[in-house]
Parts: sequence; structure tokens; C-alpha cells
Amino acid sequence: MTRLAVPKTYKLYIGGKFPRSESGRVYEITNATGEFLANAAKASRKDARDAVVAARAATGGWAGATGYNRGQVLYRIAELLEGRRAQFVAELRASESLSESAAQLQVDAAIDIWVWYAGWADKYVQVAGNGNPVSGPYFNISTPEATGVVAIIAPQESSLLGLVSVIAPALVSGNTVVVVASERAPLAAISLSEVLATSDVPGGVINVLTGSAAEIAPWLASHADVNALDLAGAGDLDGDLSWVDLQIAAAETLKRVLPPENGIPAPSVERITFFTETKTVWHTKGII
Amino acid sequence: MAIEQATPLAPHSLAPAERAIQLIGGELTEKSLRLHLEGLPGVDAVGLEARAAALGTRSIKTTSKAWALDTIIELIDLTTLEGADTPGKVASLVAKAINPDPSDLTTPCVAAVCVYGDMVPYALEALGTAGGESGIHIAAVATAFPSGRASLPVKIADTRDAVRFGADEIDMVIDRGAFLSGRYGLVFDQIVAVKEACRREDGSSAHLKVILETGELTTYDNVRRASWLAILAGADFIKTSTGKVAPAATLPVTLLMLQVVNDWYRLTGERIGVKPAGGIRTSKDAIKYLVTVAETVGQEWLQRHLFRFGASSLLNDVLLQRQKLTSGHYSGPDYVTVD
Repeated sequence: MTRLAVPKTYKLYIGGKFPRSESGRVYEITNATGEFLANAAKASRKDARDAVVAARAATGGWAGATGYNRGQVLYRIAELLEGRRAQFVAELRASESLSESAAQLQVDAAIDIWVWYAGWADKYVQVAGNGNPVSGPYFNISTPEATGVVAIIAPQESSLLGLVSVIAPALVSGNTVVVVASERAPLAAISLSEVLATSDVPGGVINVLTGSAAEIAPWLASHADVNALDLAGAGDLDGDLSWVDLQIAAAETLKRVLPPENGIPAPSVERITFFTETKTVWHTKGII
Repeated sequence: MAIEQATPLAPHSLAPAERAIQLIGGELTEKSLRLHLEGLPGVDAVGLEARAAALGTRSIKTTSKAWALDTIIELIDLTTLEGADTPGKVASLVAKAINPDPSDLTTPCVAAVCVYGDMVPYALEALGTAGGESGIHIAAVATAFPSGRASLPVKIADTRDAVRFGADEIDMVIDRGAFLSGRYGLVFDQIVAVKEACRREDGSSAHLKVILETGELTTYDNVRRASWLAILAGADFIKTSTGKVAPAATLPVTLLMLQVVNDWYRLTGERIGVKPAGGIRTSKDAIKYLVTVAETVGQEWLQRHLFRFGASSLLNDVLLQRQKLTSGHYSGPDYVTVD
């Protein structure tokens, strides 16, 4: 007797919970040969709005945690990814038609990137900050601080490695993230959300939307409560959406905008410091 | 309602005690009041909650939403009732009441500012000449708000003070302890006495809102009795809660109070106001209340003298939604005032 398979329902990840899209819409995920894999939620602009609200609420706690603490939390995600390796490998093979070894390499790379960025959490301030020489009896100190809510369009072609390469750097300094996952292959992103939900990352720090990036991105770009925009995957969106329009919309509210990249962004400290604001303080020196 | 349509009374021309006697038909004693209130039919709790839930599912979009948002602002009693209130905070609250969204001057002003009695002079001063033009009232909570645990002379003095300072409306709390222990007469007398204390020297009267604190009344039957009792005793408005007790205003409780108000209107032709207060923080919630009012007592109740929202954070959410409707993109909390 054949057993009836129980297919998984892939939902959004907003504020530490897994809601369906407010719009009730779903869309079909297929593998490279067009075979049906699963239904995923198709997020609407209101889901994006809810995600921004959740992300905003989480900024205080996440940015307020010490760099050391954030590093530990990010490192723990890498540990959990390691434990779920088989699931991610299977999903990458199904949705991206990778060979077993290629999928293994992708998961390895994704885990290594988490670890690499986790290490920066208590170090980037020393690199990007500075004690400025001033002509007066003052200490003058510049330190980078998180900018707030970062909206990210994840690379469309690489569902796990691409996603990790854009969300990890934004998180390091204490930003919270609303990320639109790869439209064609969002399954790994939702499975990553399940990892996040059981890790030590507070709810709302990372919010994952699946669906049409071309539909959601303009709303995130013009949203007045989003502080920065990472358009990593906006270069190869379907439809006639130009990332320049997104940049123009973002300029209305003075957002930082990181332009699209070809392929998967390489790990770099610049991706961390891009989503920070430099605070400079003056302190009097005792004159003896 | 258990009471049959009586011969047309003109109860609003009578003093509260007299109209209560007319309605109850007999001596106004603790016993007759109790028989009357406990003779009110029980509330179908399941039906009430189902009805409230159904009313909350209406989809209000585009132009209707724009109208609803403006109506909500016009009906808000912008409230600050903290121990840490300062004259400065009250002044900034009044400034926000007059001009809720400085980036869009077409935004209507709110109905009233609700403060503690001793803050009324500061609120009046801040309102200045704008008060007359905008029609913004000053509401003061009185009678040992929020617990109501004080002797009657203290409650009356509290009320008189606020009225003397120039409050247009008085929000009193009922003695829930007395109500729950069945001493309806005591509650009745206190409301009548406070109503009397609302009278100004020139003979006019401050509007009296009676706070039932439904979160402490525990049953819907009690809410219906307390509403009826407050109206009998002369309340111009019945208000759900102080905002200091959870649960504060809920949709079913407000629906029930609106039903009582509707019954009273059909019986006497007099319109009593309803004010849900506390716990209404989003435009979406507030719109559900508008729908409930329109469907229960009719749209003519959506006016400042018949319906109010007691709220502080609600206004900011409504302003954000309003900005979204005008600008076409989502706004954020940086674009409205903190308080």
C-alpha cells in the first residue's frame, strides 16, 4: 500500500511567526524542469508593511545587544545550519537542480559565511571606528552604529548562499532585516527561517517574504520607516522594474541604497559598514 | 428590554431621580431599583460575541477608509492620564489636538483633550483662543479616578474643582465595589450627586460621562445593568473603561452598551453617548467600532456629542494611515509626534 505524502506548507516569516500572506495568495514552486515542488505564500505589500513594523519593533533589542552577544547569536545560527545540512542539500538539489556535491558546497559556503560575519560582530567597530585628533582638550570618538531597518532584495539565482550573503552583513551591526527571497526558489529561505525561529535571534530581527520581488520592492523602497535598501538581487528581476526607479523612490526618504550585484556578493567588511551611521562624540579630557 | 413602551415621557426635562421613578413606576428604593435592574433580560454572550466578530469583518477601503479615518480623528478624546503628567506635556497634547498632523493641515482636529482635574487650567491655557474655533472640549476625570475609592464628599469636591477650573466634560468612575455587592442605590445616588456637582454657576452643566470599568464588572449582564443604571441616574455618556484595567474596551462590550443606548432612545427619545476607551490602538480596530455604531444605533451617532474614542496612541496610527492614503507610500513613526 502506497503512503500518501504529506507536503510541507511554506509560509512567510514575520516577527518570529509563520503567517500566511495577508492576501491569501500562493504560487507554485517548480524545479528547473518545471516539475511541481511546493506552494509558497505570495507576499503582498501589506505583508511587507507588517514585516517592517515587526522589524522596527525589534531594532532596540538587537542593536542594543553587545557586539559580543550578537556574534554569539549569529554563530549559533551556523551551528543549527550544520545540523540541518541534509534538508538544505535536498532542497537545493530539488529547486536548483544541483548535484549532490555542488549542493554540499553551497551549504558549506553558506555556513562559513555566517561564521565569518559572526566573527565581525565585536570587531567591525574597532576597524570602522576612530579616535579623531582634535585641537583641544577633548577626546573625539567616531563609532559606527546600526542604521535601523534594512530592506533587502536577495539574489534571485542562489536561494541559500545568496540569501545568507546579504542578510548576515546587515545583521552584524544590529540592523533588523526585511528580505524578499528568491522568487523562483524560495524554499531554502523558508527553511532558513525555521532555523532562525529556533535559534536565539529575537523575533522580528529577520523577516522573510516570498513572492514577487518586482511587486514588493517598490513598496519597501518608498516606505518611510525603512532606513536602507540592499538591491543585491534587483538587477535581474522579472518585469520592467528598473532598480534605478527603486533608488529614486528610496531617495525621497534619504535611504542608503546598495546597488545590484552580479551573482552572489562576496563577503566583505564594506557590506557591514555600509548599513551603519557614524556617531561622533566629544568628551572633555582632564587638564592637569 | 423588559420595559414596555411607556406613555411618552419627557424624561430629559426631569431631574434624574424623577425620570427613574417614572420609568420604574413606584418608589425609588434600593429594592425597586434592584428588582428593575435584575429584571433586565440576560445577555446572550455567544450571540453578542458572534455579532461583534461579524461586524469586525467588513472591508472598508479607499474613499470609505479616508472618510472613516477623518471621522475617527474627529471622535477622539486625546488622553493623557499619567502620574507623570506635566503642564508641558498637557500643552503639547493640546497642540496635537488642535493640529494633529502639521504636515497636512486638512487633518481635522480631535473632539476633546482628556486630562486629570488639576491639569484643566493648563489645558485651557494651551487651548487659548483656538478652543472656540476648533470646538475642542476639555474633559477631566474626577471622583477619585481610576479606582473610585473615596467618600462621596471627596468625589463631589473633585468634580466641583474640575468644573470650576473650566472642564467642559467630566469623566466619573462608578463605585464598582458597591455595584458588585448589589448596592445599586448607592451607585445611583453617587451618580446623581456628581451630576449635580457638574452644574456651573450660570446654570449650565458640564457633560457627564460615566465610566463603568467593564473589565471589573466580569459579566455582560452586569455591563447591561450598569449601563442602564448610569443612564437612569442621568449620564450623558456611558464609557467602558478607565484604561487602567485590562481588559479595557472590547467590541462586544461596546456593542452591548450601544444596544442599551438604542433601547433607551426607543423608550424615551433621548440620545445617550458611548465612549469606548483603552486598548483601541489601531485604525483597523477603530474602524470596526465605527461599523458597529452605524449598524447598531445608526450613523447619526457618529458625532462628537454621541460617540468618542478614549485613546492616546490610536491617533498616531490613524495619522500614519492617512499619510499613506495621501502620499501613496507607507509612512513611519518618525513622521508623527512621540506623544
